[in-house]
Amino acid sequence: MSIEALPVESRAALSAGAGDLRRQFLRDLVHQKAFMIGATVLGFWVLAAIFGTLVVQDPLAQNLSAINQAPSASHLFGTDQLGRDVLARVIVGSRSILVTAPLATLIGTVLGTVVGLSMGYFRGIVDDILGRFVEAFLALPLVVTGIIGIVALGASDTTLIIVIGIVFTPLIARTVRAAVLVERDLDYVAAARLRGERSLYIMFVEILPNVLAPITVEFTVRLGYAVFTIVTLSFLGFGLQPPTPNWGYDISANVGAVTAGYWWEVLFAAVAVATLVIGVNMLASSIESALDAS
Amino acid sequence: MAGFVLKRLGLGLITLWLLSLLVFFAGQVLPGDPARAILGPLAAPSAVAALARQLGTNQPVIDQYGTWVGHLLTGNLGTSYQYQAPIAPLLGKALGNSLELALVAFVMVVPIGILGGVIAALNVGRRVDRVISVFGLSATVIPEVVSGIVLILVFGLWLNVLPIQAAWPPGAGLGTQIYHLIMPAIPLALILFGYIQQMARAGTVEALASDYARTATLKGLPRGVMIRRHILRNSLLPTITVIATQTGYLIGGLVLVETLFHYQGIGTLIYNAATSKDFPMLEAGVLVIGAAYMVATLAADMLYTLLNPRLRLRGVE
Repeated sequence: MSIEALPVESRAALSAGAGDLRRQFLRDLVHQKAFMIGATVLGFWVLAAIFGTLVVQDPLAQNLSAINQAPSASHLFGTDQLGRDVLARVIVGSRSILVTAPLATLIGTVLGTVVGLSMGYFRGIVDDILGRFVEAFLALPLVVTGIIGIVALGASDTTLIIVIGIVFTPLIARTVRAAVLVERDLDYVAAARLRGERSLYIMFVEILPNVLAPITVEFTVRLGYAVFTIVTLSFLGFGLQPPTPNWGYDISANVGAVTAGYWWEVLFAAVAVATLVIGVNMLASSIESALDAS
Repeated sequence: MAGFVLKRLGLGLITLWLLSLLVFFAGQVLPGDPARAILGPLAAPSAVAALARQLGTNQPVIDQYGTWVGHLLTGNLGTSYQYQAPIAPLLGKALGNSLELALVAFVMVVPIGILGGVIAALNVGRRVDRVISVFGLSATVIPEVVSGIVLILVFGLWLNVLPIQAAWPPGAGLGTQIYHLIMPAIPLALILFGYIQQMARAGTVEALASDYARTATLKGLPRGVMIRRHILRNSLLPTITVIATQTGYLIGGLVLVETLFHYQGIGTLIYNAATSKDFPMLEAGVLVIGAAYMVATLAADMLYTLLNPRLRLRGVE
């Protein structure tokens, strides 16, 4: 039977190499509406973070004779309590979150992968001890662990990145461990062991490439959580210090002015946060379903 | 059942102990000298040393940990740096307030979440299902800061129907208290809605596809009775577990919501302790949260076993 005579799906499966699979995955991805919307939103904020300062006014320039101005032609989103342009602060405010959230997630993913690989591969006592610590960590809400870490290390963007990276580590480790447990009993691992490969080689060269799919999904899902947590912690005053534009901090600095009717000082930053988290989560779920399909 | 509970309690205690280690070392060791942290960089060394003696932080770390755990075990949570008062009554009051807020949120979200999930499941793949599911997913991922701000603007400022501050006037009755808690409870309820709705939907879809559901339909049971008697009982089991595991999230959400709406609960207590470097208060608060989470998950597991005849019987055998 020639390949052409088979139904389309089996033909693809038979002739699919790694490159074909990747192409198939990308094709599945771009055919999803959720992916295109998510990518557009994220792309918009990335552009805003890089080129925003060229387009908008100076986000730091105070004008004390024009404070709390409602949206108008000269200030599309109005001005805040110090007379700064809200539009500029919202656009440039994407900078800090688009640096901190991916870096924190990356740290968490790398550490979590190492820990999860060790737990799943070695099992036994390593797994038990690390598992207990993971449990203890998970008994605390993300925000509370974040607060403890920041109190211990001092508030700054660097601390925020490190703390969230560490908090994510056990969560990602748990997912990686589960994936490794499935892989470790497969023939290719046994074959590598028989060849006399070292544990490190088997873990990182043999097993790791085969668990990349769940790790990728985990990364994108966690990225959404990172944005969520960083905005929350910045709102509480644990992030980048003023006057640098920062969505979470700008909301908390101006929320007191809401009772006076100055809604524009908080609403636009809140909407910016909402678009970014929803965009990232749409990307995450479309990547997950495209990986499931291929 | 007894063996299961004992084992879970034992594991829970080990986890709590690890948590106490983590919390203690984050609070006492990492910031360096607590006395210096409290008094600031400009304080005289003699004043710092005196405060360190008073706080006991000049003792070796192991001794400090021993004293702290010893006190904890006798129910003495220590003295707050910030208020110069015993922690236990402050913590108890805050916990009570938070519980009230959390209850309002749960009372709002559990019936609506389950209803949403079941309606979505009965309409799998149709527009109703898609709308409910997309709304649930979006509600779950949006930070409470955002939903809280939008609520404040819409209901507090523009429509002016709900109070912006959660704190009610002194001596207010239960009705007024709940009225003040509606707006702070909604951001928590929105996040929980997605989780509960998804679990209820998945459970119902699975139950609908089961043999017993088909049998019930084929023997001529009206659809309403079939759903009530056969589907809901099975589909709601996993939902109970989700509700309990979300207590952990809920407490984290309280930190933000209570700060945003100026409400004196466990969340603001931890937040204030953290910002004013009140380490004993912070440590006690965090441990209480950990313990609450563990009790909630244990209770959920037991409830799950009790409600599920299959597991209940296996426990007896």
